[in-house]
Amino acid sequence: MLELSPPFTEGGSGEALFPLWRLVDEEGRWTDERWADRFSPEWIETAYRHMLRARRFDRKCLSLQRQGRIGTYAPYEGQEAAQVGSALALGPGDWLFPTYRDHAAAMTFGQPLGRILLYWKGRYEGGIPNEGRKIFPPSVPIATQLPHAVGAAFAERFLNTPHVALVYFGDGATSEGDFHEALNLASVWNVPVVFFNQNNGYAISTPLDKQMKSKTIAQRALGYDLPGIRVDGNDVFAVYAATKAAVERARSGGGPALIEAVTWRYGAHTTADDPRRYRDQSESDRLREKSDPLLRVERILERLGRFDAEAKTRWLTAIDAEIEAAVREMESASPVSEADLFRHVFAESPDAPA
Amino acid sequence: MTSIQAAQKTMTLVGAVNEALHLILERDERAIVLGEDVGVNGGVFRATEGLFERFGGQRVIDTPLGESGFVGAAIGMAAAGLKPIVEIQFLGFIYPAFEQIVSHAARLRVRSQGRFSVPIVIRAPYGAGVRAPEIHSDSTEAFFVHMPGLKVAVPSTPADAKGLLLAAYEDPDPVIFLEPMRLYRSARGEVPPGWAPVPLGRARLVREGEDVTVIAWGAMVPVAEQASRMAAEAGIDVELLDLRTLYPLDRQAIARSVEKTGRAVIVQEAHDTLGVASHIVAIIQDEAFYAQKAPPRRVSGFDVPVPLMAYEDLYLPTPEKVLAAVREVMAG
Ligand SMILES: Cc1ncc(C[n+]2csc(CCOP(=O)(O)OP(=O)(O)O)c2C)c(N)n1
Repeated sequence: MLELSPPFTEGGSGEALFPLWRLVDEEGRWTDERWADRFSPEWIETAYRHMLRARRFDRKCLSLQRQGRIGTYAPYEGQEAAQVGSALALGPGDWLFPTYRDHAAAMTFGQPLGRILLYWKGRYEGGIPNEGRKIFPPSVPIATQLPHAVGAAFAERFLNTPHVALVYFGDGATSEGDFHEALNLASVWNVPVVFFNQNNGYAISTPLDKQMKSKTIAQRALGYDLPGIRVDGNDVFAVYAATKAAVERARSGGGPALIEAVTWRYGAHTTADDPRRYRDQSESDRLREKSDPLLRVERILERLGRFDAEAKTRWLTAIDAEIEAAVREMESASPVSEADLFRHVFAESPDAPA
Repeated sequence: MTSIQAAQKTMTLVGAVNEALHLILERDERAIVLGEDVGVNGGVFRATEGLFERFGGQRVIDTPLGESGFVGAAIGMAAAGLKPIVEIQFLGFIYPAFEQIVSHAARLRVRSQGRFSVPIVIRAPYGAGVRAPEIHSDSTEAFFVHMPGLKVAVPSTPADAKGLLLAAYEDPDPVIFLEPMRLYRSARGEVPPGWAPVPLGRARLVREGEDVTVIAWGAMVPVAEQASRMAAEAGIDVELLDLRTLYPLDRQAIARSVEKTGRAVIVQEAHDTLGVASHIVAIIQDEAFYAQKAPPRRVSGFDVPVPLMAYEDLYLPTPEKVLAAVREVMAG
């Protein structure tokens, strides 16, 4: 007798459907020369200086935390290309919905460093977006910011504006219900939102293969009939190109998209975390040596005659001055008072003394 | 007959909700209604009937399932300038959205120091007594009352359903709007015409009395009214307050009444432990301690999960139970 079986479609095709897309390899070589002309030397220098600034700021925050000058801090070293490249794709009227690890994106999009420091010092001023910018306070409950971005995108379309929403989230966030609900809503409503995932390998101690059986996050797009792409998250060029395309597509009414940026967090989850308890940090060190997102841009800039030790020192001097000013701003903020607790809980406090 | 009286209409509580929604969507192009089955179907209780036909699918939106997702989206819409009015099909199904409500809706204003706010209304039918299936009959208003940054309104009459909903829409902050299912069609009454908001935070004096203050809200108001009539027959003069808003709470109205009567009975269909009634007892101790002639009593639902419908009548406070408590404080 013939063996009969129902025609299941097998799983496991995620990597084949969503190959890792990159434009520049670790050595700073273009993988597809046609793209090289799309990036002006000025743009490359700007992107690099944003990344350098982000890295310098992150390290400063770690040292401020060790000195007890700010609270527990979530570092992003290793993810600079993913955050800077994506944030550079936004226009001034667009929305940015960050998590606690996305201040490199926020600062690239205009959030002042002083505000970011105030956030990590535990002050409400840290949640105020820079004037004229639509940046939500960093979201701490995992994945909850995704529906907000869908709603903001809905509102922009409703109000007939050309603005879009970009929302950040980690690999762990894709297991939360809000991730799925947000992708579904965005897809059903066809609103201008770009879901930007940073797959940095771990959700605190939990590696990707314990988080999901699938090999990619990008393939989740299929379930919601969204366009998806998996990019090298340490390649600022690929990140920018993919995000820019998704943002402009959304802007012109093409609807939402999902981007997976494959990256790595070199350091701890937060300053309260010891990664040696769950992973071999020499793996991170090896990855850093090989695929640090800043190095490949330095190599390209070198070839363009725009980078050398002297230029780097000059840029760092300016960056450090900005960071020092931000630290002074944080430390000179007026002391908190009990009255601060009650301000802005409601538009008008029902408990305000008569 | 004055012209205002002439224009008064008698309607059900759910009809009054419907009228308020029509007025809001007519007045404000940025107001939208969203939720499960609120559009084509007009809502499972018909609270949104006619809105879809009148205002279209862009503003009256049948969402996919997923309370967290669409409440979260409404938060984003509100922050971006819209005025979403969200329907949760039954309060017992709001829990997936609990995180969005307490962690975001309630806090975005303070977390952004006023730069963003969440002027949404979340409507939910709630409460027991209609023989609904499991989980459809919860009365967990205390969860939301407990959370600073939220306001909670609970109408018990058609006029208040309309007026409080208009006020909730006008409020710049998130309002949880609880609609007693049991009163949707059983409560009928005169409703003022036009835009007639009832301010949040003010109790309604249902009847004046000298001997004992009875405090209730939602579906317990008619129960307390019946108990008051029974008490009157027994020569006890009850003063009845309908709180109408649970946050902010009308402390003055509570204090003023208990100062006068010296006795209080609080009726809630919610579970007793840490229910709103307990907080009202605390307020009475703060504000009217020396006027008291007897310890205040709470008449609550039992501390058991709201039961299946066969047990519903055993669970809910009844006029008899309220009357017994009234007699107790009179004896005290
Ligand atoms: C709803 C929720 N559950 C648990 C936590 C505690 N928590 C903080 S970060 C984190 C891991 C998140 O991993 P991922 O989404 O991959 O982002 P990453 O931290 O790697 O950037 C967890 C479990 C939380 N913040 N929110």
